Amino acid sequence: MKSLLIYLKDYKKESVLAPLFKMLEATFELLVPLVMAAVIDVGIANSDRPYIVKMCFVLIALGLIGLVCSITAQYFSAKAAAGFGTGVRHALFEHIQKLTFTEMDTIGSSTLITRLTSDINQTQSGVNLVLRLFLRSPFIVFGAMIMAFTVDVKAAVIFVIVIPVLSVIVFGVMLVTMPLYRKVQACVDRVLLTTRENLAGVRVIRAFNKEQEEREKFGRENQILTDAQKFVGRISGLMNPLTYVVVNGGIIALIYAGALRVNAGDLTQGEVVALINYMSQILTELVKLANLIITVTKAVACGNRIGSILNIQPDMKDGDRILSAEDIGHGTAGRQGEEEVPAVEFDHVSLTYKGAGGESLTDITFRAMRGQTIGIIGGTGSGKSSLVNLIPRFYDATRGCIRIFGHDIRRIQMESLRSHIGVVPQKAVLFKGTIAENLRWGNEDASDAELEEALAISQAKEFVDRKPDRTGFQIEQGGRNLSGGQKQRLTIARALVRKPEILILDDSASALDFATDAALRSAIRSMEDGPAVFIVSQRASSVQYADQIIVLDDGAAAGIGTHEELLASCPAYQEIYYSQFPEEAQANG
Amino acid sequence: MADKKTKTQTDNKKKQGQAATLKKVFHHLGKYRIFVVFSILLATVSVALTLYVPKLTGNAVDCIIGAGDVDFPGVVRIMVRIGICTLITALAQWLMNICNNKMTYQVVQDIRNEAFRKIEILPLKYIDGHPYGDVVSRVIADVDQFADGLLMGFTQLFTGIATIVGTFCFMLSVNVTITFVVVLITPVSFLVANFIAKRTFSMFRLQSEIRGEQTGLIDEMVGNQKVVQTFGRGRKVTEEFDEINERLGKASLRATFFSSITNPSTRFVNSLVYTGVGITGAFAAVNGSLSVGQLSSFLSYANQYTKPFNEISGVVTEFQNAVACAQRIFDLIEEEPQAPEPEDAVELSDINGNVRAEHVDFSYEKGQELIRDFNLDVKPGQRIAIVGPTGCGKTTIINLLMRFYDVKNGSISVEGVDIREMTRKSLRAGYGMVLQDTWLKTGTIRDNITMGRADATEEEIIAAAKASHIHSFIRRLPQGYDTWITEDGGGLSQGQKQLLCIARVMLCRPPMLILDEATSSIDTRTELKIQDAFAALMKGRTTFIVAHRLSTIREADVILVMKDGQIIEQGDHESLLAQGGFYKHLYESQFMKGSGIS
Repeated sequence: MKSLLIYLKDYKKESVLAPLFKMLEATFELLVPLVMAAVIDVGIANSDRPYIVKMCFVLIALGLIGLVCSITAQYFSAKAAAGFGTGVRHALFEHIQKLTFTEMDTIGSSTLITRLTSDINQTQSGVNLVLRLFLRSPFIVFGAMIMAFTVDVKAAVIFVIVIPVLSVIVFGVMLVTMPLYRKVQACVDRVLLTTRENLAGVRVIRAFNKEQEEREKFGRENQILTDAQKFVGRISGLMNPLTYVVVNGGIIALIYAGALRVNAGDLTQGEVVALINYMSQILTELVKLANLIITVTKAVACGNRIGSILNIQPDMKDGDRILSAEDIGHGTAGRQGEEEVPAVEFDHVSLTYKGAGGESLTDITFRAMRGQTIGIIGGTGSGKSSLVNLIPRFYDATRGCIRIFGHDIRRIQMESLRSHIGVVPQKAVLFKGTIAENLRWGNEDASDAELEEALAISQAKEFVDRKPDRTGFQIEQGGRNLSGGQKQRLTIARALVRKPEILILDDSASALDFATDAALRSAIRSMEDGPAVFIVSQRASSVQYADQIIVLDDGAAAGIGTHEELLASCPAYQEIYYSQFPEEAQANG
Repeated sequence: MADKKTKTQTDNKKKQGQAATLKKVFHHLGKYRIFVVFSILLATVSVALTLYVPKLTGNAVDCIIGAGDVDFPGVVRIMVRIGICTLITALAQWLMNICNNKMTYQVVQDIRNEAFRKIEILPLKYIDGHPYGDVVSRVIADVDQFADGLLMGFTQLFTGIATIVGTFCFMLSVNVTITFVVVLITPVSFLVANFIAKRTFSMFRLQSEIRGEQTGLIDEMVGNQKVVQTFGRGRKVTEEFDEINERLGKASLRATFFSSITNPSTRFVNSLVYTGVGITGAFAAVNGSLSVGQLSSFLSYANQYTKPFNEISGVVTEFQNAVACAQRIFDLIEEEPQAPEPEDAVELSDINGNVRAEHVDFSYEKGQELIRDFNLDVKPGQRIAIVGPTGCGKTTIINLLMRFYDVKNGSISVEGVDIREMTRKSLRAGYGMVLQDTWLKTGTIRDNITMGRADATEEEIIAAAKASHIHSFIRRLPQGYDTWITEDGGGLSQGQKQLLCIARVMLCRPPMLILDEATSSIDTRTELKIQDAFAALMKGRTTFIVAHRLSTIREADVILVMKDGQIIEQGDHESLLAQGGFYKHLYESQFMKGSGIS
């Protein structure tokens, strides 16, 4: 929470003025009992009507000044809180943009979304309330005590006893309930998870006739939640009755002390009324404070959750080298007198994911030239995706070095590096907007002709042509109004629009039928000034014609070579190939 | 004028909707009637005593007139009374809190359970057609908001009203004229609050609209953060975000500020009331018709009388909000459930695998006919392959077979019984299903494998895992079969998840199988290894297979060829090839090896 306070620094003036004006208002409020005491002791005692009228005007004036002060305070605090919310939201969103894949894997996007939305809203209203009220209440409480001292020092001692007792109650209840509220939140999370699961897994749950069981599970979790809520409620419900008892105890003491002091002639009747008024004012403020504390407790918890995300330092350091046209030029074949630099080079690369027991990739070495196609094939969990994820530096290699056009990727500026790579992820994700807008994610300045070209290569042209408005067709959130294969082809087109020097297809043709898959590969191959293409696939037919095939087995390269070479020498490859083309296995004996 | 009229009409409708919702809320409260009664009783007691204390204090002040003029026995008597009142009040308050807590959370628990029960019987059409986030937020956020509103309503509305009535009576008992001064000025604070609330309403609406827009963007971009980063769109997206954020900041400032004027304004009105009481009271005291003690209790009544008015206006907003939330929950709860099973629904126990589709018509949306006059007759043990290009709607058939959706015309029957005339439970228990979209529940690996058969022995579980070639992987996990899998299989690869789904079916061995791209994420070597187990499983079982790999399809007894959501060809491999239609084209495109790369 503390770390978030810096977002108030642009609103220093407001954050100071708001409570200040509030205190001013409170001060005027504290004067009211004194005025009343004067009315009783002077006005009534002397039957001085003009004096009473005068004092009443004083009261109205105090009210008016209070109103002006308080509206000013409200304005400043609203301004500070809204500014704070805006600032934190911006900072968090920007920070999320910098998180690495490793961090996102551990945090999870649903967490980030709640942090950005409801958590910030809660914190914002918390800041607003604190600025407006949190200082006001203690001020009134202590102010009332000080005023009591001005009335009568001996009677005011009662305040000195009552206030610490009240503080113990208020803070005690707060300390006890705060962790309990966290527990309630954890229960809510569990209920939420079960609800989500039953929506996402509805087919499986119904197919296995698990409805009854899930209902029981939800019922149990809901029961635990309710119990937790009731428990917290019971404890925080103690606060009001307890404070009431203490304050009224104070009033009883005041009456008795007042009676003694008045009897001795040290105090007037009006002053006793003023003292009692101050004590009641404390009670009123405490009730407000109690309601406030719950809100503030929640806000602090939310603030801490936001802070914990903001405190995550991205575990990758950005490089500073920007890949120039010349760098890339070295990678183009056919330059005279210069040795061709590989577009991608892996030099004894290994990768261990954070928190994983073993290596996911072990000692991989290969070079890929521009225009070449590199097939990557291997069993489930053999590290195919891990390998291609290293190229755009989604993760850092734990050992060895990866070079793009001869430069260590850790030295290259991340944005520059990624702008030369077209990635088609396993999961086809599209965004709300037109097809054209989605394609321009690849390259904002792409012309219509370039979009068309990308659509043609990715085999998407045929279905886009059938859409009303063609590239102006509105894609719904998450691409719901497109089929899996259509989405996949558009994500391929999106990567192509960027005219990348390196193209990565991470099992991106899984939803395509064989014919489309083949046509796609053929079209990519025939691209002018072709990129180095990485094709990750389960299908031997997809990688068969690659210039190099990397066969991965449990994270290590079981073989690197062309189809023919591997078929002759690599048992792992043979096994994969013949499992898909059994008739050839028979033919070869 | 016309505009205004429609506006009032919609307003009326909205009010009716609110009234209806309130009625439902009270209906749910009915069960806890006793607590409501207790709560009201306790509120009355606590308010009455709370109000009695200032009167006592006033009496006490009147006993303390001046030096040497103090009625000590009177003061002590009053002190004892105050003490007793205080203790009883505190006890009543505490018990009331417990009552309110209990009924609020109990009602909320009931509503949540009810909502969840509804989710379990909603037709798939609803679930497929609504974002999960929306439904989840109804069950979680809306219910929470509702709980807050309800609790606040109980604790503050009751006591508020009781306080107003009580104070009024107490004031009347002390002095009639001053009471009227208070009663006349107080509504002003109400009017002021109302005036401000009306004007700020549109500001709040604007704020929540912008907030909604921003949440949409966040949901989309942060939900797909990896893609955003892959394309280096971080900065661009942040710009978009900031634009909305700025607008939100401004709207939020306006809404917050203007709404927060309410409190100071009503407080000012209160101070007017206080002054009014002061001046009339003081004059009355001068006249001798009021004692100083009475004036002092009057002043504190004036404070107490106006406070609930302020609070109530806050409660009313909160309550309206709560009702709006409740409405969203009730909308979900009252959503039309899937067609109920007939009373005499057949509990199908002996399934051999006879499946018949007769003249089936189906469409997801009216007017977009997908399947027309589909006929199929499957004998036990037959293998039905469903093939077709990407996105041709192969899963529609599965939706119909499992009765996730109902056919529009015609019928599907199993063992001669229309599936609408048997229990869903027995129909679905007849099928074992492996979907392309692998879904695992949060729980241990064991929980996931035994989903279909909770009573499986350890040996059976291991045998199923071995047959699915996932056993050695599971064994290597730190906690083996007891390893906890988080939300949707988090730590596992797509292929491993699919293997677990296969193990799930291997374990329960139902008489019929549905395999929707069951091995799409599994590498071919592993696939080959589990092929035998699959073959053994399929033997004698009616199987519906959706697959790309035509080699697996070739052995099917019937092939359904689908395109654009419709079944365009039907027959076995040879006859379809002979037809020379779309199937032939598909088949050739796969086995024209490398035709794509020339």
